[in-house]
Amino acid sequence: MTDLDTHLEDRLLAALPSDVDYASARHVVERGSRLEVRNGVVEPSATAHNEGVMFSVWVNGGAGYAATSDLSVEGLALAVEQARGWAAATAGRTVIDSPPLLHTVGEYTTPVTDSFDSLSLAEQVALLVDADMALGGHDRIVDRSASLVRFDIQSLLLTNGGGRVAQHIRQVFPDLRATANEGSNTQNRTFGAGNYAGQGGVEVLTRHGFRDAAARIADEAVALLDAPNCPTGTMDLILAPDQMVLQIHESIGHPLELDRILGDERNYAGTSFVTQDMFGSYRYGSELLNVTFDPTVPGQMASYGFDDDGTPAERIHLIKDGILERPMGGTISQARSGMAGVANSRASSWNRAPIDRMANLNVEPGESTVEELIGGIEHGVLMETNVSWSIDDSRNKFQFGAELGRVIENGEITHIVRNPNYRGISATFWRNLSGVADDFTVMAVGNCGKGEPNQVIRVGHAAPHCRFSNVEIFGGES
Amino acid sequence: MKAESAQGYLDDLVGWASARLIGDEVLLAHLSGEDSDFVRFNHASVRQAGSVSQRSISIDLIDGQRHAEGSVSLTGVVDTDHHRVAALMSDLREQRAVLPEDPYLLYSTGVEASERVVDGEAPTSADAVDAVVSGAGASDLVGIYAAGQSFRGFASSFGQRNWFAAGSFNLDWSLHLHADKATKNAYAGLVWDADALAAKLAWSRRELEVLGREPRTLAPGGYRAFLSPAALREIMDMLAWGGFSLRSHRTKQTPLLRMITEDAELHPSVTIAEDIAGGVAPDFQAAGFTRPGTVSLIAGGRFAGHLVSPRSAQEYGVDTNGADDHEFPTAIAMAPGSLPTDDVLAQLGTGLYIGNLWYLNFSDRSACRATGMTRFGTFWVEDGEIVAPIEVLRFDDTAFHLLGDRLVGLTDTAETILDSSTYEQRSTESLRLPGALVEEMTFTL
Repeated sequence: MTDLDTHLEDRLLAALPSDVDYASARHVVERGSRLEVRNGVVEPSATAHNEGVMFSVWVNGGAGYAATSDLSVEGLALAVEQARGWAAATAGRTVIDSPPLLHTVGEYTTPVTDSFDSLSLAEQVALLVDADMALGGHDRIVDRSASLVRFDIQSLLLTNGGGRVAQHIRQVFPDLRATANEGSNTQNRTFGAGNYAGQGGVEVLTRHGFRDAAARIADEAVALLDAPNCPTGTMDLILAPDQMVLQIHESIGHPLELDRILGDERNYAGTSFVTQDMFGSYRYGSELLNVTFDPTVPGQMASYGFDDDGTPAERIHLIKDGILERPMGGTISQARSGMAGVANSRASSWNRAPIDRMANLNVEPGESTVEELIGGIEHGVLMETNVSWSIDDSRNKFQFGAELGRVIENGEITHIVRNPNYRGISATFWRNLSGVADDFTVMAVGNCGKGEPNQVIRVGHAAPHCRFSNVEIFGGES
Repeated sequence: MKAESAQGYLDDLVGWASARLIGDEVLLAHLSGEDSDFVRFNHASVRQAGSVSQRSISIDLIDGQRHAEGSVSLTGVVDTDHHRVAALMSDLREQRAVLPEDPYLLYSTGVEASERVVDGEAPTSADAVDAVVSGAGASDLVGIYAAGQSFRGFASSFGQRNWFAAGSFNLDWSLHLHADKATKNAYAGLVWDADALAAKLAWSRRELEVLGREPRTLAPGGYRAFLSPAALREIMDMLAWGGFSLRSHRTKQTPLLRMITEDAELHPSVTIAEDIAGGVAPDFQAAGFTRPGTVSLIAGGRFAGHLVSPRSAQEYGVDTNGADDHEFPTAIAMAPGSLPTDDVLAQLGTGLYIGNLWYLNFSDRSACRATGMTRFGTFWVEDGEIVAPIEVLRFDDTAFHLLGDRLVGLTDTAETILDSSTYEQRSTESLRLPGALVEEMTFTL
């Protein structure tokens, strides 16, 4: 609830209709802030206060929603009337005619070790000024920036059956960027492509060494200018965790979304090469592949107690020892498909309806050390930090690029290379997983787009270093 | 606050806030809002249907060269919104006090007023649902219907007022045969015509008949290809991603880097402009600068001009042309060529007719080399006749080939594409593009 309007919950409850099969009010207030220092100049600070409510109504086989930023009694009543109108207009025409019927009661709050209240605005600016300065230690750095983005999200889900779920999430996105140039050659290095992000407070900055990373990032951007192009050939590939996040996201996460499998996304985000009959028997990857849907990891970006339909969150294996076990589908998709799912019905904000999304989707660690993975390669490349992603609408044929590659010869890293890219097919790529390290880096992806109307949502991914055999690797144009 | 009264509401709200400025403070305000209906379809049934009514105001509170920016949702209830704006202004003053002077601050100090209102005649959404469901018949239709009022406004404490409002609809759909075999179409505009929708749906169903043929699996390699306007749009989106931004050029991050470092050129028939006058986007931006009707970006294959935000203008010592901070085009237009549009299959001869591309990204940004997939409505053509659909292919090629030395020609008509994007709110962007015939396009997977 906002400080401004302490009686809002009472108004929401009063507005919920009782003469329908199911009704909910989902109120969200998101406060965001952005600080950035670029090339020694403090950019304008920006804050945002985004607040509204969505009413959802199910009645007589129809369903509708209405979302509004008008939180007055009259505004709420109008929204309920609109939602009822949609339910009437769609009766008998919807893909499902039974409501989710969840009336959950519970609360969740992001654990915070070191609140940002302990770091004044002036101290935050000073932190970024120092980082930006450290990024600029080379003549060939032509652009640089240090930034800090934070979100404080309070949500309240009320239902006409007594459900009440209150959640308070705090997310932190630190980033560093250095651009080096010489002639027609431009190279970028970043702080994990901005994906070293998570829930919490100031401790998010220290988890991945934000305060000390700037000089290394600048050094590597400049070093890439002088590095050779990535070699071309079929060889072994090691993906660092900050490349694994993208690999997981695109070629495991999206294909396992149940709404895609059911066809909802075919006009926009796409379908899936995975079909319902594959679950329980399909070999998605080698026996080393274990993937969990886990909104309970402390500090990870998409940790929560309940999804936006009120389903309690729990850790569930989607892929176990390489075998596909379960899709990511919320209550509605589960009802449509008759399949078990997970607590992943999520909306980007109050103005969008929940759909099946990733939350924290993680590849579990193995037993090898990173050194052992490298030591087992005669000729290959280790790639760090995602920069490019493209995959077909069935989530099968992919091509991804990284900021930096490290050539491996006879079990040792020899030199760095620029413009590293690789391509493959999801259905076979994961079966070539030949090594999983024992590290586990908890990261995020902050810009997952999907849905009609479109939604961007923040998800979490955690992964160890992973080694893949027989991958098609190549470099840039020159 | 109803959509039709939002303009006056902004005027009153900024007048109220301006009366509460302290000393020499300056206030810039930008209002954004919509009353939209969204109906999502799958299997020609309704997946989700609803309405979204949202308004928010962004304020830049300036004192000399110091300033801070913030936005807040508006309720339409005067007392509540006064309270929220006052709280925001208080927060901004606190932030501004600890921030240094901003050397790149630039804003409009004029009082030039403008108003652009485009009234549409969309059907009721219930009627639109009826038309779509009945028009789809037994077809497996998937898509989104979005309709309603969108508005943007600028107001400053100097008294400047700018207003944009549009009522429009955008039905974006695909008909599916099986797996990824589908055809894509859209019906968007200001005035709904049931017969026009029926004709487009009928066209989609005819395309489905061709998709039913046994698909060709093509080996990686180079193929002669025709890119429809919708497919070319994806290439254009890649060029627009920093390609015309002054900041991207000065920081060497533009994908068109070789046009400034090596005098690289596109094909002489390629002429591209930011055509605000011909688009449906607002002709003003958040710092109060208005946009010229046209900004030439590529002329005769050579780089011609940048999109310059006020901030870049100040940083690099040039004039702004009213671009947003991200310097991304909002109404891009490519001039048509001389290839007869009705004759593209014959001109293609044998090769690929590409209806849509999908999920493009750079494989080497400095070389403007991008990769992406074929998607809806892509066919193998022999001797000017469509033979079969294809299994999806991945391309990896540079625009300096596709729109440069391998471009055979552009069609003699250009198609207007109204952006169906609805991230956060319904888009007001548009494109006007011809089709492009390419001698060879490189496919890799």
